[in-house]
Amino acid sequence: MSSVPENAPNHCPGTQSEDAGKASACAGCPNQNICASGVPAGPDPALEIIKERLANVKHKIIILSGKGGVGKSTVTSLLGHALAKLNPDANVGILDADICGPSQPRVLGVSGEQVHNSGSGWSPVYVTDNLSLMSIGFLLASPDDAVIWRGPKKNGMIKQFLSEVDWGDLDYLLIDTPPGTSDEHLSVIQYLSAAGVSGAVVVTTPQEVALLDVRKEIQFCQKVGLPVLGVVENMSLFVCPNCQARSEIFPATTGGARALCAALGARLLGALPLDPLLARCCDSGADFVAELPHSPAVLALRAIVAGTRLRNIARPPRVFYTLPV
Amino acid sequence: MLEEVKHVILVLSGKGGVGKSTVSTQLALTLKEKGFKVGLLDIDLCGPSVPYLLNLEDQNIHQGSGHWIPVYLDKEKKLAVMSIGFLLKSRNDAVVWRGPKKTSMIKQFLEDVYWQDLDYLIIDTPPGTSDEHITVMENLRNVPQCSAIIVTTPQQVAIEDVRKEITFCRKTGIPIMGLIENMSGYECPTCSECTNIFSTGGGKSLAEISKIKFLGSIPIDPRIGALAGKGVAAVKELPDCTTSKVFNDLINHLPHTTANGS
Repeated sequence: MSSVPENAPNHCPGTQSEDAGKASACAGCPNQNICASGVPAGPDPALEIIKERLANVKHKIIILSGKGGVGKSTVTSLLGHALAKLNPDANVGILDADICGPSQPRVLGVSGEQVHNSGSGWSPVYVTDNLSLMSIGFLLASPDDAVIWRGPKKNGMIKQFLSEVDWGDLDYLLIDTPPGTSDEHLSVIQYLSAAGVSGAVVVTTPQEVALLDVRKEIQFCQKVGLPVLGVVENMSLFVCPNCQARSEIFPATTGGARALCAALGARLLGALPLDPLLARCCDSGADFVAELPHSPAVLALRAIVAGTRLRNIARPPRVFYTLPV
Repeated sequence: MLEEVKHVILVLSGKGGVGKSTVSTQLALTLKEKGFKVGLLDIDLCGPSVPYLLNLEDQNIHQGSGHWIPVYLDKEKKLAVMSIGFLLKSRNDAVVWRGPKKTSMIKQFLEDVYWQDLDYLIIDTPPGTSDEHITVMENLRNVPQCSAIIVTTPQQVAIEDVRKEITFCRKTGIPIMGLIENMSGYECPTCSECTNIFSTGGGKSLAEISKIKFLGSIPIDPRIGALAGKGVAAVKELPDCTTSKVFNDLINHLPHTTANGS
């Protein structure tokens, strides 16, 4: 991709070019001074630091969804537990990039823990022997504390999380994100551009109002060149614990995730049912995979994990360099 | 542009997917049914849901002399709607913007939309406590007739984020009108057993702890879910359901206005 911005004037030489800010087409461009200033437009030095820091992380997977409350954090924690349990020799890390609404400490049952600082960086909090977590939730004094930050501060925090956490050797790093297609998402992808990302797992619920935002998220992935490993549909069916009748609480009036995947050429990794016990486990921080190994949700999860892993092997981590901002 | 607006109501929640947009649209529709003039502003730029929920997806914003004319749901122009969804070419288009761009878009929405005289302006927000919220709060600081409704779901994971939003309101000085709990329980259509899928009572106890008014709890009702995309009021279509009752009560909690209609 060239370095010519989308909204540049005609014949723009490109922001990375030697003629940047000096070509005749640059006259009158509002960014002429920035381009001409000669400040090296090269990559952020943090990219190299992050690359070095994450050199021993094999797969970096981003969990995304345009919509809030569809279960990104739940799916992330389930994936983390399942990956850690199915491969006892593998190390799994979870990074909670939701700065304004961190949920991972509660969902994983480690809220109230502290992050320790050592010579080699911040030590993440260990949920089990081979599952570690870093979240801004550990840095807040009280659960009432609000993180009222604009974009640049959130970006700085994410940069620190990526460059200063001492994960050790990891087989999987799962990155949980907030809803939307904005600062946090751009920053994570940008900062990982040198280190490389395996891809994204997109979470959705079946109803159209959620799919609407998820389509935007998939378009976002295409725009920034992030491969979509697959889509997980959450809250698909509700099985009444009393009479076992199945009902669709969030009806897939437009075909749900299946139709979305068919239309956008993504892979459906699986569907998780709406299970009140799962919601309860998330609140208490219990390990759902261990507590209820035979529940339909865990069975569905196994298929999803298998799908994520197969795809990983088939597709080596890709490296990205250019990003529209 | 907001001088002629009698009351501004912010619909907030730290958590996503709890029903902010559903509450915003149903509140707007309920007020419209009662004869008020209502505006609905959707400042969720990365995930606008209001155009879909009100069945206005193919509508366009028109440019007046120096201002934007909102989209009207009805011919009588009782409900005016503004959302970034109206400005996108395709419904799949992603708005990949960092903070400063979002900020200036919201400023334009607040300053350049020609709402005319409104009884209520309802503002639907994205989840979080970041750029969008700070911008709205900064711009509404000098609007005295502004207050917030907080939406939550009962489970702890949601409550935790909503507590942060309450802190945000307190820090920034936005008065909180009250709290609504959504998705409280689900009545199985086969056996009528009520299951609390996302636990229960979380909203009420949060309201008690935080000393804010509890405005009611809305159950999970697929009939209400089915109204999404139709743009009709629950109070009109399903007058007997619990949700309609909550919204009818909610109207009484709103700051009173000398209504043109009722």
